[in-house]
Amino acid sequence: MPVNRREFLKKSVSLGAYSMALASGLVKSGPASAEWIAEQFAQGKLEETLKTLFKDAKITESDKIEIQIPQIAENGAVVPITVTSHLDGVDTISILVEKNPVPLAARFDLSPELEPFVSARLKMAETSDVIVIAQAGDKLYSARETVKVTIGGCGG
Amino acid sequence: MASRILKSILSSSVGGFIGLLLALPSQADPLQDQQKFRQHYQQLFPKLTLSDYADGVYAIDPIARQSWQAIEEFPPYDEAIEQGEALFNAPFKNGRRYADCFPNQGIAIAHEYPKWNRDKGEVITLEKAINDCRADNQEAPLPYEKDDIARLLAYLAFTSRGKPITITIPADDPRALAAYQQGKDFYYQRRGQLNFACATCHVQNAGRQLRSEILSPSLGHTSHWPVYRLKWGEMGTLHRRFKECLEQIKAPPIPAQSPEFRNLEYFLSFMGNGIPTNGPSTRK
Amino acid sequence: MSSIRIRAKRIDGKTQIRTLITHPMEHGRNIDKSTNQPIPAHFIQELSVKHNGKVIANCAIGGGVSKDPYFAFMLKGGEPGDKITISWVDNLGQQDSEEHIIK
Repeated sequence: MPVNRREFLKKSVSLGAYSMALASGLVKSGPASAEWIAEQFAQGKLEETLKTLFKDAKITESDKIEIQIPQIAENGAVVPITVTSHLDGVDTISILVEKNPVPLAARFDLSPELEPFVSARLKMAETSDVIVIAQAGDKLYSARETVKVTIGGCGG
Repeated sequence: MASRILKSILSSSVGGFIGLLLALPSQADPLQDQQKFRQHYQQLFPKLTLSDYADGVYAIDPIARQSWQAIEEFPPYDEAIEQGEALFNAPFKNGRRYADCFPNQGIAIAHEYPKWNRDKGEVITLEKAINDCRADNQEAPLPYEKDDIARLLAYLAFTSRGKPITITIPADDPRALAAYQQGKDFYYQRRGQLNFACATCHVQNAGRQLRSEILSPSLGHTSHWPVYRLKWGEMGTLHRRFKECLEQIKAPPIPAQSPEFRNLEYFLSFMGNGIPTNGPSTRK
Repeated sequence: MSSIRIRAKRIDGKTQIRTLITHPMEHGRNIDKSTNQPIPAHFIQELSVKHNGKVIANCAIGGGVSKDPYFAFMLKGGEPGDKITISWVDNLGQQDSEEHIIK
């Protein structure tokens, strides 16, 4: 199958998914919703992904974003992470893995009914920083943790 | 007399049991083996109680334990338990059920396996008992490493959760003792290109690092099966893991539920008698 | 059987909503060793959480999330009888949805 036809089908399938989701009320339309945007999940460097997500907006490091994640990942296929933000007004939490081919793992758009808290399990290709960006209105805050991903010995 | 002297020499050195298979005939004494086995680990890990060994390497690797506990919050084997229950309760084509083959309808019996079967003259693991039940009811056997057998085991193990490993070697059937001894011999026999015995990693080097891994103690090795292994991304059985170990030491393959593996499981389980089972579980 | 399992746990007046979903989450860059062909991408792209019918979380997910993905959220409040609905759509247009009543 020629590459461009596959790409076309992929795009139309994801558009189909999106419009189905929109129709079923799954996805809020509008800028604040975490609809699936291919460019955000493109392969590339962390910096490029951050630019796609946030343009040139200033991201301030914050110690008010708590990341619970193991220092050493038993298996890079499943790395549990819990993010708790102690900042006010956080409505979006993005989780990125710096060295993954696709740095963006997930974006969570949370209504005020939810605490700024999210848990997930990530894939990590290699030892890397895991970066969390918390968005509170127009302001962006970040925190990061380094996770060692080891090649196993006899159990690996 | 000679064998008694030799035995004391063997047991006085730390590596006494390791890798030394002598041609001397020795009378198997499982309870003594068990005591020595536990003493060895007691020296290595003085802070651990017997029940701690149910957690395997997570009892001795605090960083890995954190990761494991986070995953146990909502474990990936959850679905397998439900699927296993449905499989277990579904009748065979002839209308009979698994429950008819097992004591107590199959509920809370997993911790008593493997068992010595007098009629068949062999060690029966739970997996083998399931397939024997299927054969008795004109159903095709299930493959032994994953999928439905692992789901059934997940359910059965779950109903036994918390109950102590309870393995019996009947005193009045010397074949049972012989099977136990064969399992023990297998455990201490060096094999493969790497020339390792199970004991090399899991007795001699338990708690030490092999590259980035911390080697788990064999005490309690059978307590937590079947397992959702992150590496497999799915459920698998103990014998699947045995096979993998052989691959990793570059030894010739042995099939799941072969007599060798069943006897090995018999030996290992008996060493862990009293440890609370906590299958199914997650491992890396 | 639904692909979505939901558990709710009351903690200090809040409700932790946890979900475990059965899904391959293939990012599309793995090679099938037996055929040497790439395994096509098949992963959840959108996940939503509703509380009594109202959307409280919208998530955009990629193949960098683990197979059989797990997510947890923290609802401020939450009462017994409240309905939590979790739905997902993947890149192939497949979808699933599941409800859970808080006890």
